[in-house]
Amino acid sequence: MYKIVRKKALNPTVTLMDIEAPAVAAKAEPGQFIILRTDENGERIPLTIADYDREKGTVTIIFQIVGATTEKLNHMNEGDCLQDFAGPLGRATHTEGLKKVAVVGGGVGCAIAYPVAKKLHSIGCEVHSIVGFRSKDLVILEDEFKACSDKLCMMTDDGSYGTKGLVTNALKELIDSGEQYDEVIAIGPLIMMKFVAATTKEYGIKTIVSMNPIMIDGTGMCGGCRLTVGGETKFACVDGPEFDGHLVDFDEAMGRSAMYKPFERRKHEETCNLFKEVK
Amino acid sequence: MPNMSLQKNPMPSQEPEVRNKNFLEVALGYTEEMAVDEAQRCLNCKNMPCVKGCPVNIDIPGFIKEIANRNFEGAYGIISKSSSLPAVCGRVCPQETQCEGKCVRGIKGEPVAIGRLERFAADYHNANFKGEPEKPASNGKKVAVIGAGPAGLTCAGDLAKKGYEVTVFEALHLAGGVLVYGIPEFRLPKSIVQREIDGLKAIGVKIETNVIIGRTITIDELFEQGFKCVFIGSGAGLPRFMNIPGENLKGVYSANEFLTRVNLMKAYKPDSDTPIKENKRVAVVGGGNVAMDAARCAKRLGAEEVYIVYRRGEAELPARAEEIEHAKEEGIIFKTLTNPVEILGDDDKFVSGIKCVSMELGEPDESGRRRPVVKADSEHVIDVDCVVMSIGTSPNPLIRNTTEGLETNKHGCIVTTDESGLTSREGVYAGGDAVTGAATVILAMGAGKSAAEAIDEYLSK
Repeated sequence: MYKIVRKKALNPTVTLMDIEAPAVAAKAEPGQFIILRTDENGERIPLTIADYDREKGTVTIIFQIVGATTEKLNHMNEGDCLQDFAGPLGRATHTEGLKKVAVVGGGVGCAIAYPVAKKLHSIGCEVHSIVGFRSKDLVILEDEFKACSDKLCMMTDDGSYGTKGLVTNALKELIDSGEQYDEVIAIGPLIMMKFVAATTKEYGIKTIVSMNPIMIDGTGMCGGCRLTVGGETKFACVDGPEFDGHLVDFDEAMGRSAMYKPFERRKHEETCNLFKEVK
Repeated sequence: MPNMSLQKNPMPSQEPEVRNKNFLEVALGYTEEMAVDEAQRCLNCKNMPCVKGCPVNIDIPGFIKEIANRNFEGAYGIISKSSSLPAVCGRVCPQETQCEGKCVRGIKGEPVAIGRLERFAADYHNANFKGEPEKPASNGKKVAVIGAGPAGLTCAGDLAKKGYEVTVFEALHLAGGVLVYGIPEFRLPKSIVQREIDGLKAIGVKIETNVIIGRTITIDELFEQGFKCVFIGSGAGLPRFMNIPGENLKGVYSANEFLTRVNLMKAYKPDSDTPIKENKRVAVVGGGNVAMDAARCAKRLGAEEVYIVYRRGEAELPARAEEIEHAKEEGIIFKTLTNPVEILGDDDKFVSGIKCVSMELGEPDESGRRRPVVKADSEHVIDVDCVVMSIGTSPNPLIRNTTEGLETNKHGCIVTTDESGLTSREGVYAGGDAVTGAATVILAMGAGKSAAEAIDEYLSK
């Protein structure tokens, strides 16, 4: 069993948890993910590692409440134990030799972009972080990004904080102003990563995206996480989760990730009293 | 005087039209009377051809004699000397090509129902034995086993019986490997697998789940932690696809994913959180035992029509005759000599059909089976909303990519020097599907057994 040692709501729909998992903490690197199950009947879901403390033996996960399992997870508290917590899985972010990188994070994706920015900063790479949220009340990890970025662009869709606009606007501006990046690393909603990749393609800047498709085992066994990358089928769990953003078929990935939405809605309606008829 | 009936005692089973709507076990098992009657068909041959057909060399005439004498616990004792998982083997071994295939009674009439008798003895023991198994004295030597499937569990059990301190590392949250994620409940109830695993724990085998060797910990680190030997039984888990258009449409599953959702994650139960798409018409591509399992699961999940789509002829189906027969009884439709060329989707990218061509059999190929060739102008579409690809698996690359000096062949299978399972690394042994590519439970068990002997010999020097 894997104990929740800290729980903190980062905003109304995003929660941070530190999980006691020494074996995973010992090996975790930015870019890798874990698979967890909340309880005996729970499904296996992948979550990318947001941070880790090798000495304390803890791994930090940050999740948005989007479905049945994240809802269940959010109902658990400090001191409670997760049934399963396996990892670290997938390949770590490639950071070697990078001198100047733009890290683009969107929404809860910032939770995964942050450890990458932190790692790059720690190896002496110049980091420009561009983080985007829908509105001010959804902003997370601002101080953390400040601490590891040489430049930070805060964007909100509605202009309630930072600059009004999309992350792609800020990225384009930076590039047009003469900033030259070895690489752009974009982590966020599929639609955001799609447009970041489309933007950088015009400039021919190598762009890495982190994919988080539906998975079961996370070790290469089920093939449920397959994506088309450069016309070839790849498994996000063993070949990724990071891929060349210019080669990923985002439209297919968006379709596949929504495959069980109707099932989940129905399941929610079955359990939620608000949908039940009055007897 | 032996029972000279030419037929086996038939296996009591759930009726096809009942069982294809539930996940309960299909075969119900012999009664004591049936078992004794069947055991009396054994001629107790001196040269024991059946034993030569058994990958783990069970003393078959020996245990059958005990059943004939109504000493059922004694029969179990004989089987368990050679097999760590008797209740499993009695259910899933391809006896017709092994022990029963060699049985003298099979020359004229049906062979002795060895598999059913093995199952009977194991089930009798599990239902009636109340004592605690004896825990062997430890010899203080630690051995690590990677993968809690048939190969790993057998190797672990045999080594534990010899006094080794064995730890099995399993990547999934539950031990059992293909016995829990692949083979369905109706063919192998999970409570039976759990019981066999509990038996191993009782003799001192430690099982650590959620540990991915190559990621959570590497083989080199296991040696640093004091393990003297490592056995790799990590299986062949990477699913293959056909590389035809439409394979990434919603509703196309690998057999691994489909079966894992159903068996390991229990998607058919209302209290399970794991979803599975509801399907009306399902095409399972492939003709092996896994394809039969997937098709029969699809039927039980409520699909109206389930097809087996296989490119060779009926006679070439690699599945066991019994599985094919069960599938047909349950209403699975066989489309043999049919090969998919494309999977079609609707506007929302859900599967809407599978485009196939008809095949005819030509000259034999390198496998000795007649090569299927495409018939001209035979393209046709089968309307389906789900496709399950069951065309085989390859070994997982995780261990070979993270273990220096571990030799693998061009298929990704671990290379071993001989039957002992010794790899190119000293102290590292391997067996089962990780070495052979996808094969059977019993062959993996046989490999685990040989490796346990070799490890014991190596560590006793």
